[in-house]
Amino acid sequence: MTETFILIPGRTSRQGVGISEGKFEDTYLNETQRLQMSADDMQRLGLAEDNWVRLTSPTGQIEVRVVPALRNELPAGLLFIAYGDLSSRLMAGDTHGSGMPTSKGLDVELSVIDGPAPEADQVELAE
Amino acid sequence: MVTHTETSDNQELKIVKDATCTFCGCVCDDIDLTVDGNRIVDAKRACVLGNGWFLNHQVDDRPSCLIEGQAASVDEGIERAARILTNAKYSLTYGLSDTTSESQRVAVGIVDWIGGIVDTTTSVCHGPSGMAFQSVGEATCSLGEVRNRGDMIIFWGSNPAESHPRHFTKYSLMPKGMFLPNGRKDRTCVIVDVRRTKSAKAADIFIQIKPRKDFEALWTLRALAKGIELDPDEVERETGNPLSLWQDLMERMKACKFGVIFFGMGLTMTRGKHANSEAVLALTRDMNRYTRFVCKPNRGHGNVTGADNVVSWRTGYPFGVNMARGYPRFNPGEYTAADVLARGEADAAMIIASDPMSNFSQPARDHLASIPYIAFDPKETPTTRAATVAFTVATYGINVPGTVYRMDDVPIPLRPAFESPHPSDYEILTRIEQRVKQLLVLCQAAK
Repeated sequence: MTETFILIPGRTSRQGVGISEGKFEDTYLNETQRLQMSADDMQRLGLAEDNWVRLTSPTGQIEVRVVPALRNELPAGLLFIAYGDLSSRLMAGDTHGSGMPTSKGLDVELSVIDGPAPEADQVELAE
Repeated sequence: MVTHTETSDNQELKIVKDATCTFCGCVCDDIDLTVDGNRIVDAKRACVLGNGWFLNHQVDDRPSCLIEGQAASVDEGIERAARILTNAKYSLTYGLSDTTSESQRVAVGIVDWIGGIVDTTTSVCHGPSGMAFQSVGEATCSLGEVRNRGDMIIFWGSNPAESHPRHFTKYSLMPKGMFLPNGRKDRTCVIVDVRRTKSAKAADIFIQIKPRKDFEALWTLRALAKGIELDPDEVERETGNPLSLWQDLMERMKACKFGVIFFGMGLTMTRGKHANSEAVLALTRDMNRYTRFVCKPNRGHGNVTGADNVVSWRTGYPFGVNMARGYPRFNPGEYTAADVLARGEADAAMIIASDPMSNFSQPARDHLASIPYIAFDPKETPTTRAATVAFTVATYGINVPGTVYRMDDVPIPLRPAFESPHPSDYEILTRIEQRVKQLLVLCQAAK
C-alpha cells in the first residue's frame, strides 16, 4: 500500500556539523539517511523508530529509516529529511527556467518495507 | 591579533583573537581561537556550526593532488587541468561559495579566457531571489541596522536556529540596540513556516501555513496592505489560516517603526521560486507606504554573497553567466549548473568548494561523472572522489587569509589560525589561469 506525502528536505545543525566532520563520516551519513515523520502518521501506519520505508518521486526512489519528528515539528502528511545524497535522488533535473530544481515540497509516494532493506548503493556510500 | 600562551605541561598555544567563521552567512568575526600546532582546540563564542567548522579542519593527510585517483604533483595537476579547460567547447565552472573573493575573482578570469560558463551555488539557494531583485528591486539594510533599529522581525521560510545559530543573539532578536534599549522586549518576532521548526520557539507569533502556499499567503498580505477586500473562506482555504490572523499581522507590520523580513529557501526552493521571492520583495516595498521596512535573504554558505558580488563585478550578472561569445550573457535555466549538467551539455567542468555529486539531481550527477572535471576542496567529498583532477586545498579562514562577504554585503577580512601544507585554491587557480593563457596563445599560433 502506498500513500502520498509532501517531502521537505532542509538544513539541520547536525547535518551542518557533519559536513565539517566529513561527508563519509557517521554524523553526516546518519543525519542525511533518516526520514522524519509526525508521530501521528507513524502510529497510523504502524511504524516504529528505525523501521524502513520506500519513497518514490517521479524522478527517483530511495529506501530510508524513519524517526519521529522532534517537538511536533511536522503536521500529518508532511515529511522531512536533511539535505544530502538521498534527498537529491528524488529531485528532478528540470528547473522550469529558474536554475533551481524544485527541492522542497516534493510529492512522494511512501510505502512501508518489511524489514531493513538498505540498497547496495547506500551501503557503498557509507564505506 | 595573535598572542601566545602555555599549557600546564609547557606546550605553547597560539591565541587568534577575532577570527572569522566562514561556515554560514552570518560570518561571525568575534571568535577567539586556541591553536595547538596544526589543530584548533577551542573556538570561543562559536555556535554549534562554528565549533564543528573550526574543530574539524585539521590538515587532511591526503595528497595535494590526485589525477584519476592516483597521487600526482601539483604541477602535473595544473597542467592537466589547464588542458581540460582549454580543450573544452562548453565548460562549466561552478561552486565558489566557500572560498575567498580573491579566488572567486581568478576563477571568473579563467572562465573569461576560455569562453565558458560560470555559475555559483547561488543558483541552487537564492538564485530565484537574484532574479526577483532584477524585477522588483530590494529595500535593504545592513545587519547592524537590524540590530539597532529592527523592532519587528519576520522570518519566512527560514530556520535560523538550525542554519544560522547566532542570528538571533548577534543581530536580529536579543541585542540591545541604539533605538531598542530593552533588546528582545522591544522587538516582535514572527515566524512563518510550513513546519513548527526549532526557531518557532523564539517567536511571539508563529504562523504555520500550508505547504507550497507561500505565494498565496504573501499576496494576501499585499492585498491587505493595499486595502483590498478579501474572501475570508478563500484566504483560509488557500493559506491554512483565517483572514483575521493576516489582518492582525498587517496591522502590526504597519504599526512598527522598522520592520525586517528575513526569508530563506523555504521560499526559493518551493514551487513558485522567483515568484515567491518577488512577492516578499514587493510586500516589503508596499510596506514602505506606512513605515520603514526592509527585506533580506538569509544566505547560507560563508562567502556565497561574495560570489554574487565578484561575479557581478566581473560580468555584470550575479550567477549563471555564459562567456562563450566573448561577452557575458545571463539566463537562469539555460546557463545555470543544474540545467547545463542535467541536459548533458557541458563537456568539462571545474568545481570549486562545492559538492554537486551530493546535492544535484541524479541526471546532473550522472552527466558530471561522465565528463572530465577538476575539483577543489579541503575535504574528501563525493565530488572530489569522482574528479579527473582533485586538489586538496588549504581551508579559507583557517589556513588562508582573504576577504569574504557577510550576508548583508559587508566585506570581512579573514584571520587564519595556522598554515597548511596544502596550497590554497587561489594559488592553484592563479597558476591554472597563467597556463590557460599560454595554451590559448599556442593554439592561436597553430591556427
